[in-house]
Amino acid sequence: MFSNRLFNILVPIISVLLGLISGAIIMLIFGYNPIAGFAALWNGAFGDAYFFGETIRQVTPYILSGLAVAFALRSGLLNIGVEGQVFMGWLASVWIGISFELPMILHLPLAILAAAIAGAFWGFIPGLLKAKLGVHEVIVTIMMNYIALYLSNSIVRNLLSDGADRTENVAATASLQSNWLAEMTFYSRIHYGFIVALLMALVMWFIINRTTTGFELRSVGFNQHASKYAGMNVSKNIILAMVISGAFAGLAGAMEGLGTFGFMSIKSGFTNIGFDGIAVALLGANTAFGVILAAFLFGILKIGALNMPTAAGVPTELVEIIIALIIFFVASSYMIRWVILRFKKEGK
Amino acid sequence: MLKSRFLMVLVFLLTFGVFLAACGSSGGEEETSGSSSDDSGSEESSGEENSDFSVAMVTDVGGVDDKSFNQSAWEGLQAFGEENGMSKGEGIDYAQSESDADYATNLNRLVRQDYNLIYGIGYLLQPAIAEVSEQYPDTNFALVDSVQEGDNVASIVFKEHQGSFLAGVAAANKTNTDKVGFIGGVDGSLINKFEAGFVAGVKSVNPEIEVEVEYAESFNDSQKGQAIASNMYSKDIDVIYHASGGTGNGVFAQAKDIKNSNPDEEVWVIGVDRDQHEEGQIGDSNVTLTSMVKRVDIAVQEVANQAMNGEFPGGEVLEFGLADDAISIARTNEEAMTEEIVSAVEEWKEKIVNGEVEVPSTREDLQTFLDSM
Repeated sequence: MFSNRLFNILVPIISVLLGLISGAIIMLIFGYNPIAGFAALWNGAFGDAYFFGETIRQVTPYILSGLAVAFALRSGLLNIGVEGQVFMGWLASVWIGISFELPMILHLPLAILAAAIAGAFWGFIPGLLKAKLGVHEVIVTIMMNYIALYLSNSIVRNLLSDGADRTENVAATASLQSNWLAEMTFYSRIHYGFIVALLMALVMWFIINRTTTGFELRSVGFNQHASKYAGMNVSKNIILAMVISGAFAGLAGAMEGLGTFGFMSIKSGFTNIGFDGIAVALLGANTAFGVILAAFLFGILKIGALNMPTAAGVPTELVEIIIALIIFFVASSYMIRWVILRFKKEGK
Repeated sequence: MLKSRFLMVLVFLLTFGVFLAACGSSGGEEETSGSSSDDSGSEESSGEENSDFSVAMVTDVGGVDDKSFNQSAWEGLQAFGEENGMSKGEGIDYAQSESDADYATNLNRLVRQDYNLIYGIGYLLQPAIAEVSEQYPDTNFALVDSVQEGDNVASIVFKEHQGSFLAGVAAANKTNTDKVGFIGGVDGSLINKFEAGFVAGVKSVNPEIEVEVEYAESFNDSQKGQAIASNMYSKDIDVIYHASGGTGNGVFAQAKDIKNSNPDEEVWVIGVDRDQHEEGQIGDSNVTLTSMVKRVDIAVQEVANQAMNGEFPGGEVLEFGLADDAISIARTNEEAMTEEIVSAVEEWKEKIVNGEVEVPSTREDLQTFLDSM
């Protein structure tokens, strides 16, 4: 009765519920009111148009970084380097955004395209190493993250500004920000990037499910040797998967660079957009639509959680623990799967 | 296939149903919360005697327990609260930022919670304050460590270069190897003030002393701080002044490590922002020579008081320095700060307050200062 697909839907929902319940128990143990806590979380994310706008703002890069991780996972590759690819995309989009004067119809697509290419290039290197030399992509991408972080810090400081710690704002013609949306949401930082993110989810679904390339990519993900025997070019598919994955990640960077901030500053650490993308992809069962839903959940948790300390008195540390618990239960979906199977057998 | 697709659609519908239902209830809540905010609004208008004056602050990524200026600012608010019978959540509160994307969100939320005065702690909040203060002209903002124009913004800045100069004087008097070090957080105009003042102070005592300057490019990377400190100490540098927030914790850790393995080794750290005497304690000895104390708490408390009395210094740049005792040199480590050093520091302080010495605050000014020596 239980089809695989139903499993893929049930497991994430149960994980989230378990996470919320254990969060409530922890709040009770430490003497905080879980209902007030979760109400604060909800109001922090949806309380009024401003917070709703901020939630969408946070969801936008999460969708793209989630897609990036999911796409690579579909081809059997674990792209830990989404974080670095986000940095490269951010840098490239801002670079184009501040150094050209073009009409918007050229400038904005050019900046977005540059971000995708920069991210794709950053994904191409580990893809190439994996395909040609068999170097494991996890190690390479982790290292590439650090290269991206320090490289972009150095470029921002020395090339894009005169030793300052941030670049100028991108030209209005390259900006995704919208006065209209901002005014509607009491000046939240919501931007048109949301449309780009949804469009990309559609693109991913189309590539994976409706094209020969997608079929080959999935096939390589299931079994490399069988794919090779069937006459597919495994190396080409590995590189292609990393390149497309990197392009999605680069776009996530463009969302921050052209939308949320409008500039790039020196970062002392990672933004976590890429790392959270791993959790988003897993929670979304590596499907385009699942990633959108999971990105929403993460965006809601991130933005809503900011409200918990001031509105319900729950300390920030506890909020972090509750979010971590939800991720924990998502990651341990195998356990949930096992329990469901167990019950099913007993039922018989 | 068809069946499972049907199931999927069903689940989507259910999920959306839950979403919508929740939205509905939140709509209800919103109405009640709307009316409650109306209530507080009317209270505000009836209580013109400042009885429900409220203040909040937004920290930068360092957090409220950074043992540095965020913590100091919160202590200032707490002191203000104590005087006026307020406590956390009632009259005073803080919001912590987990990343630089949170600054504007946090400021906006506090505006929505009807706080009368909102502090942005740290220059990193300047772009966010600029944006939000323009959108909400009826709320007062205060920015610490940076300047923002606007009738509803008060800018609180400190003359850190003066204090750093005195730290330099102390370091120059203490060093045995004639080599001292400076570790900055992120290279930028604020931390350059510390650097310029410190170098000028050291060179004023003895131009022969070498000063090595390094930046960690982070305010919360103690590992990096430790690595830089380890490198400096191994090059015979014996006094390090850090202006790097949480990164400095690594500098203390390294100095204590060295002291631990060889108690006779002379290594010193000069702390920043708060008196960091506790951080340097190891057994019976202490590696903290002194600290360049910046009384963010005094400034925060003073501006809060002014705002409560209806004298909010909007549009003004408030400078706190040696003369206001908002900048000072700690003397907690009496063993290390000998009579000689203290009197030298006092002497130079006198000169700065009198205006006899103009302490440089940028690298360019430092160059002219050194050339004129």
